[in-house]
Amino acid sequence: MKPNDTHTLSILVANKPGVLVRVALVFARRGYNIDSLVVSPVHNPKFSRMTITAKGDPTILEQIIKQVNKLIDVIHASEHDTSNAVDRELSLLKVKATPAGRAIVIKHAREKHAQVMDETDGLMILAHTGSTEELDALEALMTKYGLVEVVRTGKLLMIKGKETT
Amino acid sequence: MAKKQSTPQTPMTGAQALIKGLEAHGVQYIFGLPGGAAIPLFDALYESKIKTILVRHEQGATHMADGYARATGKVGVALVTSGPGATNAVTGIMTAMMDSVPIVVLCGQTISPMLGKDAFQEADISGITMPVVKHSYLVKDINSIPRIIKEAFHIASTGRPGPVLIDLPKDMTAGAFTGSLTAEMDLPGYTFPGKGNSADILKLAKMFKQSKKPLLLVGHGAVIAGADDIIKALAEKMNCPVTMTLLGKGGFPETHNLSLGMLGMHGTAYANKALTSCDLICSIGCRWDDRINGNNDEFCIGAKKIHIDIDPAEINKIVKPDLSIIGDARLIAQALIKHVGPLDTADWLKELAFYKQEFPLHYSDAEGLTAQRVIDDLYHVTKGKAVVTTDVGQHQMWAAQFYKSDRGVNWISSGGAGTMGFGFPAAIGAQFGRPGELVVAIVGDGGFQMTLCELATAAVNKQPVKVVVIDNKYLGMVRQWQELFFDNRLSGVDLKGNPDFVKLAEAYGIKGFHIANVADCRQVLEQAMKHPGPALIHAEVIKEGNVFPMVPAGKSAYHMIIEAPKTKMEKPSGST
Repeated sequence: MKPNDTHTLSILVANKPGVLVRVALVFARRGYNIDSLVVSPVHNPKFSRMTITAKGDPTILEQIIKQVNKLIDVIHASEHDTSNAVDRELSLLKVKATPAGRAIVIKHAREKHAQVMDETDGLMILAHTGSTEELDALEALMTKYGLVEVVRTGKLLMIKGKETT
Repeated sequence: MAKKQSTPQTPMTGAQALIKGLEAHGVQYIFGLPGGAAIPLFDALYESKIKTILVRHEQGATHMADGYARATGKVGVALVTSGPGATNAVTGIMTAMMDSVPIVVLCGQTISPMLGKDAFQEADISGITMPVVKHSYLVKDINSIPRIIKEAFHIASTGRPGPVLIDLPKDMTAGAFTGSLTAEMDLPGYTFPGKGNSADILKLAKMFKQSKKPLLLVGHGAVIAGADDIIKALAEKMNCPVTMTLLGKGGFPETHNLSLGMLGMHGTAYANKALTSCDLICSIGCRWDDRINGNNDEFCIGAKKIHIDIDPAEINKIVKPDLSIIGDARLIAQALIKHVGPLDTADWLKELAFYKQEFPLHYSDAEGLTAQRVIDDLYHVTKGKAVVTTDVGQHQMWAAQFYKSDRGVNWISSGGAGTMGFGFPAAIGAQFGRPGELVVAIVGDGGFQMTLCELATAAVNKQPVKVVVIDNKYLGMVRQWQELFFDNRLSGVDLKGNPDFVKLAEAYGIKGFHIANVADCRQVLEQAMKHPGPALIHAEVIKEGNVFPMVPAGKSAYHMIIEAPKTKMEKPSGST
């Protein structure tokens, strides 16, 4: 594993105030930046799921996972690779919709299975669901036409089959 | 004075429910200092059988709870008010965290509707302490108090122990409690390991069998687990030498002929020689602190490394062991002893005996009274039986070298945190926990002045602690580093203006003793130790003594300096 590979962590936590801070502190103390973070309650509202992506030294990450697992409010934390999981992310892209460029933006969006959600003041909002790589690709393409704003959810991940995430 | 009686008709407050919870956990003492936000808690203590020990500074409260916990194995409890009361406690909380000590710290807090509104004496103490607690609670529901108390004691005292903080908004303690006092814990995320993997224990037994030069390394985890006796039996059965970390002192009797004493930066030369020569090192409850390893790449080169720890996060953190076993030190040692037999260590023990003979700990009276002389005499006067606490610095290292400990719970020192000001209040806490036993705080003139206000606490409560102030009129450890590594450019270390410590003690109504020369030393110590009440012994020692042996920070045991160096040394590369 290379030092700067992106790692994806899935953490099941008690749905309580302060849990996010406790988890974030484990990363921050070691100078480890969190790239993306998604938190929401699971089907049992007593618990929440965090999905975190971060880049950095795998040996430090090993420590981080162990320290996160020690937190009283963490039920379990583990790293997952995407080979045995489904991963998805959603992005919203605000793109200039000039009279000349509008049609081509819509064409690209359709090809990449993105939806046009809104068009206001000559600016179009596209919603795009896919893998992180697919989202990166459409985002790169849209910079040509005038990308004004990007909002992304961060990666979600779920283990395939009987094993739980 | 007539005490208030609470009748069934009187509704119970949150504070009363909380104190009931503490009573149910067998709490004897609460070390604390009140303030506006903590008054309901102190009010509930008014009618409790728990004794409130009023400290003079909140740092003292946490160190007393810590000393009590280390001396008894029970949970220590501190109670402070909001804001500065709580922030003053942070050093003690961090100290307990670094050394895995079970304490519960109760903090008053502003009323919950005012949280986050910069109320008077409001500090986000849950937030401030998050990195230095095992767990913490901000109480938002009065009826959750019994559950939280139960969980807090459970979390603090099980697995790898540590401090738990409970932040108590005043409306939670003053408000009416309507719930059940017998609540169940709800900790789905909390587990801790027990016995250790039996296949790995068998593997370890085999590794010992194949070893010619085995070494047991005993850490604080072994003391916490109460593994002293079983480790002694294990070492004796295998004829295996034992070295100890600063906090592992006494986890194996230091007077035993298999003991090499403390290892590490200021450990014995023979323990550090053993590190460079062993072919197997088995740590029981030690976390390979940088004071021990120095330089990981050169640590015990060629030796098989085994790591036994209750905390899975310690495995691979510093040392990559050849074998690791996660679990309770005592249970693992009990399982291991069944599978090991006598090892052929005669040659190895002979080699170590040679090191002991060639490089003993030593000091000289030639230049006057030294700290080593004072501590050595104290050791003999007390027959090595005292409960000893230390502060942090040179005197701490000399105490570790010369006050041999035969029981883990008799040696109390701030290891991981290195908290100056710890030793004296910790001794008071230890004395409360071990009444009738001799408790001696060995402190430096620097650290003692950080928490000496607790002389009042010792005096008022008639706690017969003995404080030996090793006074070299310097912040000695830093002075030593400046001398050795910074061309003797002494900067910020001169403690000019020290008080007359004997008069200071007398001002608090505490008997003071003074030692200024070698000839008087033992006799004065004998008198002082016999004094029935608290006593302070002011030992004026030579100003420029240095602690040796020394492994410079960031270096391995191969680079140990046994005697004062003749040539200039390079600046150390390691942590602090």
